[in-house]
This record gives sequence, C-alpha cells and structure tokens, in this order.
Amino acid sequence: MFDNLPDGSGHFGEFGGRFVPETLIAPLDALTATYSKYKDDPDFKNELEYYLEHYIGRPTPLYFAKRLSEHLGGAKIYIKREDLCHTGAHKMNNVIGQLLLAKRMGKKRIIAETGAGQHGVATATGCALFGLECIVYMGEEDVRRQALNVYRMQLLGAKVVPVKIGSKTLKDAINETMRDWMANPNDTFYCLGSCVGPHPYPMIVRNFQSVIGKEAKAQHLEMEGKEPDYIIACVGGGSNSIGMFYPFLNELGVKIVGVEAAGAASIGKGSIGVFQGTRTYVLQSKTGQILNTHSISAGLDYSAVGPEHSYLYSVGRVKYVPANDKEALWGFKILSEMEGIIPALESSHAVAYLKKLAPKLKKDQTIIVCLSGRGDKDADEVRNYV
Amino acid sequence: MSRISDSFSKRKALITFITAGDPTLSVTERLIYDLERAGADIVELGIPFSDPLADGPIIQAAHARALKNNVSLKDVFALVGKVRKKTKIPLVFMLSQNLVEKYGPDKFYADCEKYGVDGVIVPDLTPDEKIEKGVGIGEGLGTGVGKEVDKIFLIAPTSSDERIKMIAKASTGFIYLVSATGITGKRTKSSNLIADMVLRIKKYSNKPVAVGFGISNPAQAREAVRSADGVIVGSAIVELIAKKQYAKVAKFVSALRKAIDA
Repeated sequence: MFDNLPDGSGHFGEFGGRFVPETLIAPLDALTATYSKYKDDPDFKNELEYYLEHYIGRPTPLYFAKRLSEHLGGAKIYIKREDLCHTGAHKMNNVIGQLLLAKRMGKKRIIAETGAGQHGVATATGCALFGLECIVYMGEEDVRRQALNVYRMQLLGAKVVPVKIGSKTLKDAINETMRDWMANPNDTFYCLGSCVGPHPYPMIVRNFQSVIGKEAKAQHLEMEGKEPDYIIACVGGGSNSIGMFYPFLNELGVKIVGVEAAGAASIGKGSIGVFQGTRTYVLQSKTGQILNTHSISAGLDYSAVGPEHSYLYSVGRVKYVPANDKEALWGFKILSEMEGIIPALESSHAVAYLKKLAPKLKKDQTIIVCLSGRGDKDADEVRNYV
Repeated sequence: MSRISDSFSKRKALITFITAGDPTLSVTERLIYDLERAGADIVELGIPFSDPLADGPIIQAAHARALKNNVSLKDVFALVGKVRKKTKIPLVFMLSQNLVEKYGPDKFYADCEKYGVDGVIVPDLTPDEKIEKGVGIGEGLGTGVGKEVDKIFLIAPTSSDERIKMIAKASTGFIYLVSATGITGKRTKSSNLIADMVLRIKKYSNKPVAVGFGISNPAQAREAVRSADGVIVGSAIVELIAKKQYAKVAKFVSALRKAIDA
C-alpha cells in the first residue's frame, strides 16, 4: 500500500518530483540508474551490510526505558538508539550507502551540505574511510554555533566552506551545494543528507535509513511479541523519521507521529510549494518567498520537509505535531536524568511528545521513540539557553 | 509568429536580463526603455525570489536588493502594464516555479496575457515535470489559458540527444542554451561548446537558439552569434546596476549590439 512509492519519476502522489535546472537532470538520471542497478546486487548489499555492522556498529539496541516509563506512568517506552551509531547519529547509515554508490560511479569529489554538522561529520568520516575528497557547505551562522563539528570535519580532512548568503543556515547550504554540483556535474557526487531535494534523493535516503525501522520492528517483536502501538520520531528534513516509519507504514494498527520544531513546522504551519528540487510543504510568505525558521536545534532549522512526509500527512497515515524549544529542553533533561542518555536537541523533540502521549496509554501498550543522535554537540547550546 | 520569435527574424537577437525591482521598480522601468534604445531585442525580467537556485552571486544580490522593497510578482505585472503603454518590446519573465504556483498557474498565465508578458522561463522546471503532472508551465492547468505566452525551456551541455529533442519540441519562442555547466555569472572565456551544442539542437529543431549563462562582453557575444541565433546577457548588466551606474548600462548594451551586428 505504501511501499510502491515513489512512482518512476519520483512522485509521492502530488508531492516530490524533480524541479531542477536542466544541467542537473543528467547527473540525477545517472544516480537513479546506478542505484537501481546496485540496490539488489549481492556484492553491493554485502559491502553495505559489512560497514553497517563493523563500522557503524549496527544493529543499534532497542532499549526499554524503564524509569522514564514509570515516571510518566503509562505506556512502556522503548528507545531506538541511533545515538550509538559511529559519529553519534543516524546520518552515517545514509552516507555509507551513498558513498558506496559514488565509488561505483567512479566519482572522487564528494560535496555535501550540513546544518548542525552531523551530516557533514558523517560525510567527512565516510570520505576519510574511502579516501575521497570532501567539501562541506555550511551556513556561516551554523559554523558559528556548531564550532566543534566544524573542527571535527577539518580533523577528518574535509574542507568546510562557510555560506554567507541568505539566512546563512541549512537551506542556504543546500542551495550552494546544488550550485557547486551544477558547475561540476561530471566529476562530483552530491551526498545529500536528508530525504529532501529532487528525485531520486528522497527515495535513496529513505531506503538507506529504513534499516532503523526494520531493526526496531524485529527487536520489538522479539521483546513484546507484537507490533508497537506508537512510533515517534523528530522531523526536520525527515530522514531519521522516514527511516523509522517506512517499515511500519503498512501496519495500520501502529500509530505514527512525527514531531516538528514549532519554529520550523513546515507541515504544521507551511503550505504546498516547490523548493530545492521538490514539491512539498514549505514555510513561505503569501507571495511565495521562503521564510527563515527558528529552532534551538540547528538540525530541524529547515524551511521545508521531505516530500514523502507531505504525502503521508496528506493521506492521514502519519500525524505531525509541534514541540517548542522549551518542550524539547524538557525532553533533553528528562532522558539525561532518568535514563543516563543525553539526546541530541533534534531527538529531544520526539522525547518531548512522550509527556503528552505516554500517560494517556495503558501499561501494556508500547511506544518506540527514535533517538536519532546524541547530545554532546548541544551541551553549550543548552547551557547558554535563557 | 509570436513577438519573441519575430525578433529573431530580422537580425541576431540581443536579449538583456535585469532583475525587476532592483533596486526599485521605477529604475527598472527606466532601464527597460534604455535597453530598448541601446539595441536590445528582448528584455528578460527576473522576478525576485529568496532562493534563486540557478543564479550566481551577482544576480542573487540583485534579488536580495529587490526583496528589500518587498517587490512581488503582482507589482511586476503592474509595472509591465505601465511599460506596455510606451513600448512593444518583447518581455520575458524568468522566475522560480514556486512563485508561479503560489500565484496560481492559471492566474499567472492569464495575467501574462492580460498585461503583455510575451514569454516565461522557469529555470527549475523541465518539460518532463510539466508533461508528467500537467501542472506548472504550459497551458495553465489544461484550460488553454496562456496559450499565447511563449514557454522557453533550457538545454544544457549535459542534456542527452533524446532530451534535446524533447525540450526543443516543448519550447516556443526560442530555445535557451545554457552555454556552460554552472550558474549564471561572468566567465572569462566563452565556452567552446556553443557551436557544437547549437549544431546538436538544430538537428531536431529550426526554432531560434539563444545562448546564455556567462556571456559578459561584446567579444563573447560576437563569438556566440557565429553559431547561435541570439545571446542573453545578464550578470554583466546587473553588476553595473549594483553600482548604480545606469548610464553605463546603455553604453554597454550598445557595444554588445555593435559587436553582434558587425
């Protein structure tokens, strides 16, 4: 029902597609062809599997958060520990997959965008692993507030290019990376970090990230003998969430909730538009100018959302709710204090929704929360929050 | 024959680009008349957008200047209405698909006809998406609205023969050949791909081909029209506007005209 999307030209119902300058059509076609050639190829799958297990450290645990469950006094809460992936976030799942494609395409120059720096660090890591040149575009504002990640990327041998235009955040970094690709379509591979942008990226990123949901589904089945009642994940561009949700979409008894940052709620407060290569929900003015966003978490600070999320919203399969900075900080603190797990501020938005949901459920009901990343990078941001 | 294709029938066409509302709509109005007097055959008006994906730093900055005054598509239609009382020079809008969709495709193409916009270029829309979903550039939403408005599509050096054929067929008015990979902006050397690309396009279509992206001086313009039917010059003009050297715009365009006609 939900597993035959996108269609051949990258549409999820009325969403998705390919809205890019003609120069990029050929490299996007080449990527699409390479992916469909290798996605079921045994050698490719074995190699991917090898790195997922031995380099990233998969499978990640599905952890029963006993104290938090008792504290909230309702459903049993399980945490999918993507924070334990190498480099500290789920981003690595997609990067390894894409770089294995880049290797097969013979591309040696890798470009990427980054917001909080997690995808930039993951890409720089993968490029070090495979001996590839790495250039990461990052908004000047994010370079300032995520200085540690900038230094990590440099340690890994990547070149970080500060983007000084527009709002100087993630959307501008994506614009600049696409412009680089337009100038160098033949020798360069764009390693895109979220399920956004033109086809085939939303599909490829979803498929590489769906290892999260596949593992969680099997782990939960083993531990509880049934499907969970709810699954929850945070949504910026939406890569950890689509990876978590996708394997559950056809299980109609499983309720699915995506949590957006209140100050960057593309689905909650946006309208349908065409932005950065895709048709999706976008935060925009009445005349169609893209609006800047605000979130305490740089990783959710994005004016649009992956097209498949827009589709899942439009057909009512997934419910999207907002969490504001204050609620996210509650999630950050409660998980640290109750379970000894410091979550990324992005993931803290998903944790925040537990406060509303868990107490309303019965004790034999279960919730899985995707903990997309760890929160070390956010310690300063939280300390300085007033 | 449209006013646009007509302007290729007499001589090699000089197409000049400016961003509407940069820095104000009244300067834009004055510049349109100046460009025509200096020898432009078609004026392309960029509609300001917060995130112009296909544009380099010079035109990005122009969009930002226009947006400081909140110049909207509606304002630019009003400007065209005003300009149309004084000149018949073909006007082409260059804008992002999001602006068309937010305005409403039907209303957009109806207003192009109403106010006298001759053609539309949407750089982030290829004919596949139009054919696929039946929306966006084209006959509104299949209602026939905007039939009189030329839809100009882009061909790039990365385009396959199959795509060249498809795009050439979909384009009306002229075909926009992107002379090099990359974004808009000045380049020191004209791409030597131009002649090859024009030949490839002409195999499938006898529609006029105009070359843009990176044509920034009279010598490059002269070189380009040896094979192409016209040239599009943008960033080099916009750079003069950024410095408020409006008088130099006319001089520069006259020099381009001379080089093309020589």
